[in-house]
Amino acid sequence: MKNLRRAGAEAAALAVAAAVFLVPFSFMLLTAVKDDKQAADLDFSWPTSWPVVKNVIEVVSARDYVLLRAYVNSTVLTVASVALIVVCAAMAGYVLQRRAGRIGTLANFLVLSGLIIPPAIVPTIWLLQALGLFKTLPGLILVEVAFGLSYAVLLFRAFIAAIPRELDEAAMIDGCGGLTLFFRVIFPLLKPVTITVILTQSVAIFNDFVNPLYFLPGDDNATVQVTLYNFQSQYSTQWNLLFMDIVLITIPPLLAFVFFNRKIVAGMTAGAVKG
Amino acid sequence: MQTSRRTMGTALAVLTMAALTSCGSGSEPAADGTVTLSFLVDNSQATLDTAKVLADTFTKGNPAIRVEVETRPGGTEGDNIVKTRLSTGDMSDVFWYNSGSLLQALNPAQTMVDLTGDPVLKNVQKDYLPVVTQGGRVYGVPAGTALGGGILYNRKVYEKLGLKAPTTWAEFTANNDKIKADGTTPVISTFKDTWTSQLFVLGDYYNVQAAVPDFARDYTAGTATFATTPAAQAGFEHLAEVHAKGHLNEGFGSATSEQGLKMLVEGKGAHYPMLSAMLPPLLKDYPQAATDIGFFGIPGTDPAKNGTTIWEPPGIYIAKSTEHPDAAKKFLAYIASPAAADAVNKVVQPAGPYRIEGARLPDDAIQVAKDLQAYIDKGATAPALEFLSPIKGPALEQITVAVGSGLTPPAEGAAQYDKDVAKQAKQLGLEGW
Amino acid sequence: MTGHRPDTRDAGPRSAGSGLPARRAHATRARRKTGPAYPYALYLPAALVYTVIFLVPTAMAFYFALTRWTLFDSEFVGLDNFRDFLAEQNLSIGFRNTVVYAVVTSALKVVIGLGLGVLLTSKLRLRGFLRSLVFFPVLVSTVAVGITFSVLLKPDTGLVDKALALVGISGPDWLGDASTALLSVALVDVWKGVGLATVIYIAGILSIPTDYYQAVAVDGGGAWHRFRHVTLPLSWPATYSVIILSFIGGLRSFDLIWTMTRGGPGFTSDVIASIIYKQYQAGFYGLSTAGNVLLFVVVTAIVVPLNWFLGRRQVSP
Repeated sequence: MKNLRRAGAEAAALAVAAAVFLVPFSFMLLTAVKDDKQAADLDFSWPTSWPVVKNVIEVVSARDYVLLRAYVNSTVLTVASVALIVVCAAMAGYVLQRRAGRIGTLANFLVLSGLIIPPAIVPTIWLLQALGLFKTLPGLILVEVAFGLSYAVLLFRAFIAAIPRELDEAAMIDGCGGLTLFFRVIFPLLKPVTITVILTQSVAIFNDFVNPLYFLPGDDNATVQVTLYNFQSQYSTQWNLLFMDIVLITIPPLLAFVFFNRKIVAGMTAGAVKG
Repeated sequence: MQTSRRTMGTALAVLTMAALTSCGSGSEPAADGTVTLSFLVDNSQATLDTAKVLADTFTKGNPAIRVEVETRPGGTEGDNIVKTRLSTGDMSDVFWYNSGSLLQALNPAQTMVDLTGDPVLKNVQKDYLPVVTQGGRVYGVPAGTALGGGILYNRKVYEKLGLKAPTTWAEFTANNDKIKADGTTPVISTFKDTWTSQLFVLGDYYNVQAAVPDFARDYTAGTATFATTPAAQAGFEHLAEVHAKGHLNEGFGSATSEQGLKMLVEGKGAHYPMLSAMLPPLLKDYPQAATDIGFFGIPGTDPAKNGTTIWEPPGIYIAKSTEHPDAAKKFLAYIASPAAADAVNKVVQPAGPYRIEGARLPDDAIQVAKDLQAYIDKGATAPALEFLSPIKGPALEQITVAVGSGLTPPAEGAAQYDKDVAKQAKQLGLEGW
Repeated sequence: MTGHRPDTRDAGPRSAGSGLPARRAHATRARRKTGPAYPYALYLPAALVYTVIFLVPTAMAFYFALTRWTLFDSEFVGLDNFRDFLAEQNLSIGFRNTVVYAVVTSALKVVIGLGLGVLLTSKLRLRGFLRSLVFFPVLVSTVAVGITFSVLLKPDTGLVDKALALVGISGPDWLGDASTALLSVALVDVWKGVGLATVIYIAGILSIPTDYYQAVAVDGGGAWHRFRHVTLPLSWPATYSVIILSFIGGLRSFDLIWTMTRGGPGFTSDVIASIIYKQYQAGFYGLSTAGNVLLFVVVTAIVVPLNWFLGRRQVSP
């Protein structure tokens, strides 16, 4: 009896969760593969025809294949920014956690400020111009790194708190110190939280559209989210293409997720929770 | 240790190189002497179509100059991008932007090429020049046509119910009552696209000017306000009235302009306060819009003074940062020529008269353009306030949505807008505010 | 670089540019001998990027907050911008909405995230599938989520209202009606963000030692007892993370609101961040920067005490 009731409750919870989370995604997918007439109804129905290939080709070839260029740009942007964030934030989080003092307090304050203060666009552009980095991918990469550091430092700091200091001391007795200690001993131990940082940051950067809009303007340099943003008005009457665009640009984060799926919880267990 | 640092450095360098090579800059002159001009336009369909025709036909006549069309978002978001790019010296060679009050905020003297007295302006009508002028210097040529801001209406619905285009607000209301009784939506509103909510206020300016001829001057000087000028406040009252009478479509709060136009063409709604330029892109899917949809100015109180507010064409400007000013001027001279107007006519139906000497509406012009031309022939038009005054409050579209949804009473809305205007004037650093 | 004492065995080379940090390190070492193991040089790359790209522009912005600034020139006006921003007619609505939005989204993320966390750590078939499903919205971009839900929430013809019509409820114009717009966006925000909260809770619950549950089982406690006396208190660190992350996120939240309602209808779903953005769009750069400074103050004033309060609880659960 009890088991039966439990199974019933479980089934109900499953049904609700499936409805709430599955329906919007099925809606995106279904609309993406309809023809434009049926897609215009914007209802939840089975496609009457399946112009999948045609829709894909139309979206990809729009505006001189801007989407393909955008894929390249977004990939370079995401990989480079995340790599830099991981290295910089892991080192900073490590010292921040291990070494108290006035500099530590200041660093702590700056990290929190980074979470709270909204970035100032125009002075940042001036600065990038002065450095010759405005409208270049390296410039945008630095911007993403600077804006993403705080969050990553917090995660690393929390994780490192769980690594016993005895480990450092043992390593020091073996003759490791400073950078060697960090890169040889500590960094390999950070793998779970590194994966969490990689996943959250790459999703955030890949999905960012505000910063590319300001720091990397121009059709040549578009990132995928900017193309979606521009397609919004271009496809205002072709919902199937708009949703096909959404589906296409959601594939890379989906792949990343499938790849890292099992590791996310492990990283969280180790990192964020011990806050 | 040293090696690991060096590896990291190399890795970074490789990444940076990869990043650098993946984006090229496009404005270098090619080896064979051809010049490429970048041309920034907003991403609405009508603008994009027009810009592409201009670029293509120009290159046909000038094979040594290529024009690459670049797009940006529209609305205030686009304004911001234009401002940022101009102030950072990073503008495209040639760009399409509003004329009138919005131009003033771009600081043209510092950012654009002065065209005063240049042969580029040879074909431009003299009465257009003030809206692309600042401090006595001229900076742009007209892009596309002038447009009407008033009511687009479905002539089939009017025919069926035996109505005629109203000349006073009272007649308009009476029409609306009959249309509603017939089961059709009298007035379409699309507040998801907030800018569309401003038409009842901005499009009423002809009536304001008819009642208070000096309003624009006094408003700019800060002595006349919307809340204290009954004729100016009328626009807000109209907005509130159509909502209070239940004349709006259901779901007006989340409807888009695209849906609104569709409703109008399909006859589900009779009136849509709108700019006439919104119609031409629709013709591809709804050819009947060419004849079924007509236009009248927002009616005022006096039938003898019936007229309409018009919007001047946006301008096309040359950024001071351009490396090819001569090529750019050639392009502008072409844009402001009857030949260019003819080329554009073949692709985008004009929604109003041109501001170029010698450019004519085609014989098969759409009904909306003909209706507008009739007002112009009568001399019963006034430019919108934003072409007579540098001040336009940025929050108007939110205020009109609030008034038009019954959230804010009209008098309060007008007063809020006056405050918004004062803020804008102060930020522009105008005298006397 | 003279302070390397052999007993700390700090044999690693230091970068040449770390003279100042090294001197500091020397001072610290007098108090604690572990200093040199943690050279400040490790801060350098992060500090360099952060200072150049973030701190310097922010400092410049603080200056521009005191000017009338048109991008082309600026004129010092003192505190006028702050006065004008505070006089902004809809600031009080925006402030209330900001707090409501942050509270609603973080509360729902805690409650639903905890519920899903418990559900998804129980012995459930399809557990893996559900975990992925719940986390998936986190991966989709805000623009895409905004577009999709604007369509689903359309009045009458939207899927949500159609579903409600099946059970006889006539759904409102979710995003176009002043009374529902803000809450609708908040719910979509929860939909998009609850996956992250759930994962944090799953991690928190999995890290609770099984002894506790065995003890409850020995005492003969039921599922509720187990939840109330073990899961809930011992997943407190997860709750702390979820609250802080989603509360700061909620207070600063902007992109979803902007894509879905632009603060409308009228001003009814404006939050402080969207008011600031509108000043920015209008070209009132000094004014919007002043707004940013005020937002910073507000968030700090709320988050720092909250952090302290929650942190204190965390020490003694």
